[in-house]
Parts: sequence; C-alpha cells; structure tokens
Amino acid sequence: MCALCGVLGGGGDWTDAAARPGVFTRNADSLQRRRERINRVACAQRVLGFYGLTLSDWQASSFVLSTLTGKSEIVDNLTHLWAAAEKLTGRPCDPFDPSLIDWLEGRLEAGGG
Amino acid sequence: MVEFTPVHLITGFLGSGKTTLLQRLLADPALHDTAVLINELGEVGLDHHLLGRIDDTMVLLPSGCLCCTIRGELAAAIKDLHSKRERGLVPAFRRLVVESSGLADPFPILSTVQADPVLRHHFRLGTVVTTVDAVNGIGRPESVKQVAVADRLVLTKTDLAPDCDVLETALRRINPDAPLLRAAEQAIDAAALFDAAARSPLRALPATPDNPHGTVCAFALAFDGALDWTMFGVWLTMLLNRHGEKVLRVKGILNVAGTEAPVAVHGVQHLVHPPVHMAAWPDEDRRSRLVFIVDGLEPAAIEHSLRAFLGSPTRMAAVA
Repeated sequence: MCALCGVLGGGGDWTDAAARPGVFTRNADSLQRRRERINRVACAQRVLGFYGLTLSDWQASSFVLSTLTGKSEIVDNLTHLWAAAEKLTGRPCDPFDPSLIDWLEGRLEAGGG
Repeated sequence: MVEFTPVHLITGFLGSGKTTLLQRLLADPALHDTAVLINELGEVGLDHHLLGRIDDTMVLLPSGCLCCTIRGELAAAIKDLHSKRERGLVPAFRRLVVESSGLADPFPILSTVQADPVLRHHFRLGTVVTTVDAVNGIGRPESVKQVAVADRLVLTKTDLAPDCDVLETALRRINPDAPLLRAAEQAIDAAALFDAAARSPLRALPATPDNPHGTVCAFALAFDGALDWTMFGVWLTMLLNRHGEKVLRVKGILNVAGTEAPVAVHGVQHLVHPPVHMAAWPDEDRRSRLVFIVDGLEPAAIEHSLRAFLGSPTRMAAVA
C-alpha cells in the first residue's frame, strides 16, 4: 500500500494485477492507480445505470455499490462487483441482455432496466 | 523482485497416458530444477532410478527432479513444498508440474494457485498440457473440457491408432490454437512443453465455427482501433460472472488505448491470468484479436455485447 495515498497496490484480481515485470497493470504508481479508479467508476457506471445502481469510490481502497433506495454493498474490484449487483437488484446482470445492449447503444432511456 | 514459480498442469482423461508421459519427462535432464506433484509414486515406477528418498511422500531422481505425491489438498501439498524449499530441505526447484487425476476438472486446480492467499505470492500459472488417447478419443464431457483449456495437446498411443486425422480435426475444432504433439513418434522436449513463453500466437479462425463439437465451439474476433482497457475489464468480468463456466477459454492480444505494445489476456472459465504486457506486436496486424472457446454460447451474442460495451468506434470483423 502507498503510505501517502492509501491506495492498495493490487490484490489477486486480474483487473488489479500487482505491478511486476511483464504484467500489464495500472497499479504502477499512486497517480496511475487513482486515475484508474476514477475511470473504472465512470465505465462501470455506464452499465450500472441500467440497473438503477450507483458506484462510488470508498477511501481509495474499495467501492460502494448502492441502489436508489440506499441499500449498499462494499466491493473490492470489478470481479466482485457483478455478484454484488445481482444481490442488490435480485436479478441477473447479463451482458447479453438485449435491453442492456439497447441501453448501451442509446436506444433505451434511463429507467428502462 | 520476487521470482514467481510457474505451476504447470498435466491433465487428460483416465488412461490417456499422463503417467507414461511423466515417466518420459522425469528422466529428462531438462527437468533438473523441477518439482513434480503426482497422484501416486508407485504408479510412475520410480524405484529403479531413485536417487534418494526425502520422506514418505517425496523422492529425488537422478535427473535432479523432485517427485512428490499429493496427499489431501493440492494447496497444502504446494505450500509444504514451498516451505521445504525455503528452509533448504529440498533442492531449490524453479518449476512445478502437477499431474491431475483423469476425471478432474482442470479449473479448480488452476484456481487454487491463483486464489490461495499464500500461493499467489510465490507461484504463477504456467502451461496446461492435455494428453489425448488416440485410440479412445474424446467422448466424455470432462475430456472435451480438458482439451479446451490446453496450451499443449499431446496425442498418445498414435502407434496403436493408424488414422488420427478425424481425431485431430475434432481436437482442432475444440482448441484450434494449442500445438499438437504426437507422443509415440516425436521426442517430447520437456523444456519446450512447459515453456509458457512459447505459447502459440493466435491463429486465423473463422468468426463462426462451421461444425462445432457438440455445444463446444471455438471462434475468433478481431477489431480495429484501440480499445478502452477499463471498459473491456467491465465487460469481461460481467461476462465471466454470469457465463464463466461456459467460457472454457478466452485469450487474445489487445491494442489498448494509451499503450504502444499489445496486451495479452488469457482466461480459463472464471479465472483470468494477470494480463501480459508484450514486448512488441507479433506481426504488422495492429487489430485486437480475441479467441473464445465456449460451451453453449452464441458467438454472435458475444460479439454484439462486446461491441455495445466498447462503443461504436470499434469495428469488429472475422479474423481473415
């Protein structure tokens, strides 16, 4: 963990791979890690909006996933995110869902999920 | 910087020649710095060339190879080996080979190495070698899965099966990418067999498989333009969360926005290896290329979904 920024330098998940020779990761330094976390929240939010969920960074060490009514789960990484999203919404989060694809391609208005 | 010990897996259906292959490999001097975890020491018939016995589960062979049986959990066996190596009780092996049982699904074995909080800091996944019996083929679902996850295919008993063309075609449909070796006719070079760096480049594959083996099919996607790495991660984690058990294999080289050299990704079901930052592109083609081996998923659905996630600038096409 970086003593200044407090961001953990990567766990076992492939999206947070620890920086070592030959490995592609955005964990190499604290600035890169922080930038990637902001980017990750924005990218995931594009999909999570379909389910009425909101993702936010929490202390640069975890993420908080919340429903519109305030139910929340703490998630460590993208791999954990989807199981938590399914638990909160009570429905499968399927990347093949035609409605989700319509939403991503701009053919479905907010609330369509 | 800590050096991670690669863990290679030898898998294959019951009677497909895993032990025979191991017997040949264990005598190879190229395995002098290797520890091998096998199911049963007696099966391999080591008695005539034992150099020394370390304890009742571990023996040292003249080639310098350390051979051990797995008793109980695989993770415990690997940790025990690691502990003995650190304390200098066994030779400092630089490579670990694990023989799986014939009915085993390779995925939990691979997952053990990557998920265990101790092992993942000392070991990394290496190569999956799958033996296929040329006489009996690949009828069982376990066998098809073992072929799908392979980095190397070793066709055994080819001296007993004069015509292997049909089987080879079937293997190529399930796993078009893994080099295929014939154990009976070819010398098997242990170092080359386990050298993950020699992993085959992505070969040309049709976007839509013409004649899939049952519900298992392999196909490739290529797409122009640099892609957003984070959005790709959002998509792949979502895909594997819902359909991971059906994604037998995903691998590819990606043109990632903001980086010159390509990034290699490689996954088996729910497990994705740490992405590799390659030194350079293997050829002039700068398109991102992904190969999927899936069981019961529609190639068109995967392509459409990925395109929707990545957005319109990315244009996908079959690998020519």
